[in-house]
Amino acid sequence: MLKTLAKGVKGFEKSSVFALIATVMEVLMEVLMPFIMAQIIDAVTAGALNSVIIYGVIILLLAFVSLASGVLSGTFAANASAGVARNLRRTMFENIQTFSFANIDKYSTAGLVTRLTTDVTNAQNAYQMILRMCTRAPVMLICSAIATVLISPSLSSLFIVAMIIMGVALFFIVSKSHEAFAQVFKRYDDLNASVQENVSGIRVVKAYVREAYETDKFNRAADELYKMFVKAEKIVCLNMPVMQFVMYLCIILISWRGAHLVVAGDLTTGELTSLFSYVTQILMSLMMLSMVFVMLTMSRASGERIAEVMNEQSTLTNPENADGEIADGSVSFKNVSFAYSEGGDNVLQKINIDIKSGETIGIIGGTGSAKSSLVQLIPRLYDATDGEVYVGGKNVKEYDLDALRNSVAMVLQKNVLFSGTIKENLRWGNKEASDEELVAACKQAQADEFISSFPEGYDTYIEQGGTNVSGGQKQRLCIARALLKKPKILILDDSTSAVDTKTDALIRRAFKEEIPNTTKIIIAQRISSVEEADKILVLDDGKVMAFGTHDELVKTSDIYREVYESQKKGGDDDAEN
Amino acid sequence: MPKINPNEPRPKVANPGQILKRVLSYVFKFYKVHCLFVMIFIVISALTSVASSLFLKQLIDSYILPIMKGEEVFASLLTALCVMAVIYLCGALSTWAYNRIMVTVTQGTLKNVRKDIFAHMEKLPIKYFDTHAHGDIMSIYTNDTDTLRQLVSQSLPQIFSSAITIVSVFCSMVVLSVPLTCVTLAMIVVMLLVTRVVAAKSGLYFMKQQKSLGIVNGYIEEMMEGQKVVKVFCHEGESLDKFNKLNDDLFESADNANKFANILMPINANIGNISYVLVAVVGAAIAILSGEAMLTLGSLASFLNLNRSFSNPVSQVSQQLNSIVMALAGAERIFNIIDEKPETDEGYVELVRAKKNSKGEIEESKKRTGMWAWKHYHKAEGTVTYQQLEGDIVMDGVDFGYNDDKIVLHDIKLYAHPGEKIAFVGATGAGKTTITNLLNRFYDIQDGKIRYDGININKIKKNDLRRSLGMVLQDTNLFTGTVMENIRYGRLDATDEEVIAAAKLANADFFIRHLPDGYNTMLRSNASNLSQGQRQLLSIARAAVANPPVLILDEATSSIDTRTEKIVQEGMDKLMEGRTVFVIAHRLSTIKNSDVIMVLDHGRIIERGNHESLIKEKGVYYQLYTGALEQS
Repeated sequence: MLKTLAKGVKGFEKSSVFALIATVMEVLMEVLMPFIMAQIIDAVTAGALNSVIIYGVIILLLAFVSLASGVLSGTFAANASAGVARNLRRTMFENIQTFSFANIDKYSTAGLVTRLTTDVTNAQNAYQMILRMCTRAPVMLICSAIATVLISPSLSSLFIVAMIIMGVALFFIVSKSHEAFAQVFKRYDDLNASVQENVSGIRVVKAYVREAYETDKFNRAADELYKMFVKAEKIVCLNMPVMQFVMYLCIILISWRGAHLVVAGDLTTGELTSLFSYVTQILMSLMMLSMVFVMLTMSRASGERIAEVMNEQSTLTNPENADGEIADGSVSFKNVSFAYSEGGDNVLQKINIDIKSGETIGIIGGTGSAKSSLVQLIPRLYDATDGEVYVGGKNVKEYDLDALRNSVAMVLQKNVLFSGTIKENLRWGNKEASDEELVAACKQAQADEFISSFPEGYDTYIEQGGTNVSGGQKQRLCIARALLKKPKILILDDSTSAVDTKTDALIRRAFKEEIPNTTKIIIAQRISSVEEADKILVLDDGKVMAFGTHDELVKTSDIYREVYESQKKGGDDDAEN
Repeated sequence: MPKINPNEPRPKVANPGQILKRVLSYVFKFYKVHCLFVMIFIVISALTSVASSLFLKQLIDSYILPIMKGEEVFASLLTALCVMAVIYLCGALSTWAYNRIMVTVTQGTLKNVRKDIFAHMEKLPIKYFDTHAHGDIMSIYTNDTDTLRQLVSQSLPQIFSSAITIVSVFCSMVVLSVPLTCVTLAMIVVMLLVTRVVAAKSGLYFMKQQKSLGIVNGYIEEMMEGQKVVKVFCHEGESLDKFNKLNDDLFESADNANKFANILMPINANIGNISYVLVAVVGAAIAILSGEAMLTLGSLASFLNLNRSFSNPVSQVSQQLNSIVMALAGAERIFNIIDEKPETDEGYVELVRAKKNSKGEIEESKKRTGMWAWKHYHKAEGTVTYQQLEGDIVMDGVDFGYNDDKIVLHDIKLYAHPGEKIAFVGATGAGKTTITNLLNRFYDIQDGKIRYDGININKIKKNDLRRSLGMVLQDTNLFTGTVMENIRYGRLDATDEEVIAAAKLANADFFIRHLPDGYNTMLRSNASNLSQGQRQLLSIARAAVANPPVLILDEATSSIDTRTEKIVQEGMDKLMEGRTVFVIAHRLSTIKNSDVIMVLDHGRIIERGNHESLIKEKGVYYQLYTGALEQS
């Protein structure tokens, strides 16, 4: 993981190293200061005003150097960590662009977003902490310890004992509280999940008059959470008193032993006072170390998640000497089986079909019958697990991926419009499309009418996720966007489900008249959407149950007939406009 | 838990004093004595650290210097050290005590706040949930209570402690040396000025960073959501180019923002150091020139320590201010939801168990009779009458709008006799769901009357009204808990047998038995481990166990496979038997079996009748039914 993440430092090695050096500089100054201060105190004892002033100037210089190093360390660390964050984000985003559908499926959308946002922020903070606190604490600990040994070897053993006591205490506190907090946060998540349920299910709560019941349930959970929080924080609040206790203990012991040493002439008064400063510095560094340790363990999970995305290899590769020309819109499946994961259940089994260029093919089947899976193999969004898929007479694996996908336009079931004007969205299909071409495509997709009714027409701004157009309008825009590719094969994956039957029929008629040479593959729930197709494929549970014209299927296919009859009776009124 | 960044720009809070006062009164309400002890212990703890600094003077002036002159004072030094040891012990114990008590105070207060928010939230009208994003409501429970935690547990005690320290240190300094106190104060002023300048810069860049961060995060969300579309359109290159540009902008603003945030601490610390040195040199000069008459060596050493103890809390308080304002903004949102007006209920007609006495009159019954009645008080006459619960619903001239100025339902007239099935048909947005939400008073109507068994529903207690209406919604919301618990949600005192019977009625029993733990299978996060169809079956069973005389059904539009759909349909049909049913229908079989079909369009009933009569009418219903494409 660290090796992967270390790539993120690229370009910011200098800043990182400078930040480290500056931090060390700053610490050295801070450790030197009490040492010089001891000289001032001693000079006062001796009544030597000159030396007081000289030492005063020296400390002042040290303070300025320390200030400068502090500012530099802060500046470089900010630059380096912001840079690392940028690199990590960019590398991940770049890699995600190479992901195949299978890779994308592996991570949820929310999962990828978290990795690119929260996790990167965590990594950024962690890196900054490594550059500053992680260097600062140990360097200060060691330098202060050395200083005490130099000042008074006989008292330094006391410091070692104090360090050990403090270290053990901190270790105990950190490990105990870590455990307790892990449990608390789990419970806390549960509590919030139950609030979430109540917020989204408020109608159910109110319909069943369960307000009091839910409040009771929540109160019990809140009480439980309270107890666990208190239990965990009880441990943490030992931190400060333990630190104070050890510090005060040291001060008293140093005072006692120190007084003797001063009398014996082994220690000056100034040196004695500087020892008090070192006690504080040493104990503070230990506290800081424990804090850094806790924070780093917390960000480790983020680091792992980031590394995972960075190391993910695309499951699809572009062939060498790829073919960039797709001859025509014919498609054939030869013995094709497909499973989403290696060793997983086959969702498609031994599919054999031939589709001629320019044909209109309807696909019918229940949920889970693998209609979408089947068509996604055509533009090679997934690779068949077994068997071969041919487009234009050649195995899809021989084509350049971009060339293949530009010839096979697919309107996904779960489709997305992007924030931007309608024009911008449509030009995803063809960057160079003229305004006239846009209008023509929209006319075919029966979208021109409603677009023109918008006050700003084709310049209407689509909000993120297309929330300001209705479901049916969105689907038609997506179809128009796909048409602009001027594809050899057009695949509609349940893309008119929210369009009313009349408009649906108009779209199909436009296809027939305007793009007769394009192979059209239409997945639908409604028989009426596929009735007029040249051939209809009936899928069930990943197998081809029937493949023929409407009239043939009504006679020969039980499944088709059943659906047809139920819909004939059923009509559909769930159409939305 | 998210951390508050002290350098984030301050949000605007309308009345910070008022809110702070309210937060404090909230804390004091349950923890008055606790807080008193916390304050006492903080004072002891703060005074201990001052005493520790002052002890240095005693140590040097009274013991070490005399010892160096050959005086034998070790015995009294030992006594003094012992006294100090006791004081220190008290100090450390006080620190522990106030930290420990604060844990109880903080977590206890948070617990009370959470309970109050939740209890109040449950009482809010549906309208509140319509008009507030669910994410925002959640954020009150997570982010806002967390900032409140920081305020109560850290900021407030720290400010109090700092204030005590500043005052006591200041007094000690004045006693030790007035000139040195002046030097110290002068440097504090410098520190505050520098902090102000740096914080202003930092705030500015932070705002920029937050803005770029928002843009980048928004872009990431959008692109990840549409990643498959990006692939289909081979748009990877463009997507990456735009990202790189935004990402570089973010880098620049993050670099600057963090820079200013990072340098504040070393600057303040070293201004503290400079102050320390100045005091040392000036103090030394005074001591030497005055021959220790004005300042002893011990006083100087003590003063140096005090100088440290003075600078630290001052810079701490100045850094604390931002988090306090942030927390108050959070507290404001918390109080906003608590102050939100709850659903009102002016109803007085109650639903009671009933039986018929020998004369055939209805009277109240303590036992379960399977019969219910509306208990109607007549204030004027002081009498009580009973009306048997039958499920007779009348809507007369009902107008409704979510806002008074935008009416979405116009002049709705309908009646449903007990046991009748009323189907609503129409396009999305025609107002089908809205009508059903008026029956159980999720919303109140602007004009007209709705009567239930002849009683105006405004007169019926809301809880009793809702208890008499079952609901199966299109979005099946289930709760974390076992399958059994989820079905029992319909009627809490239902026995296991009754739950299973309801599941059987809803056609859910079969799949439940095939779950790993049967009825005891845990459902989590809205039962994501179940299929859409299975969730629907559970919500039907939930309504079945409640056994209400009137049922509101919203048939699901989302496509579930034909087999499950058949099972769900059968379950619904069985549930509908013998009840007055309002169904938002999407399936023709449901519609055809209905007694009355209402065709809605833009909030008006445009056609009504049964299937045959509507077909004959050849109106909108006919078109919908046949899906006929008129050649135009």
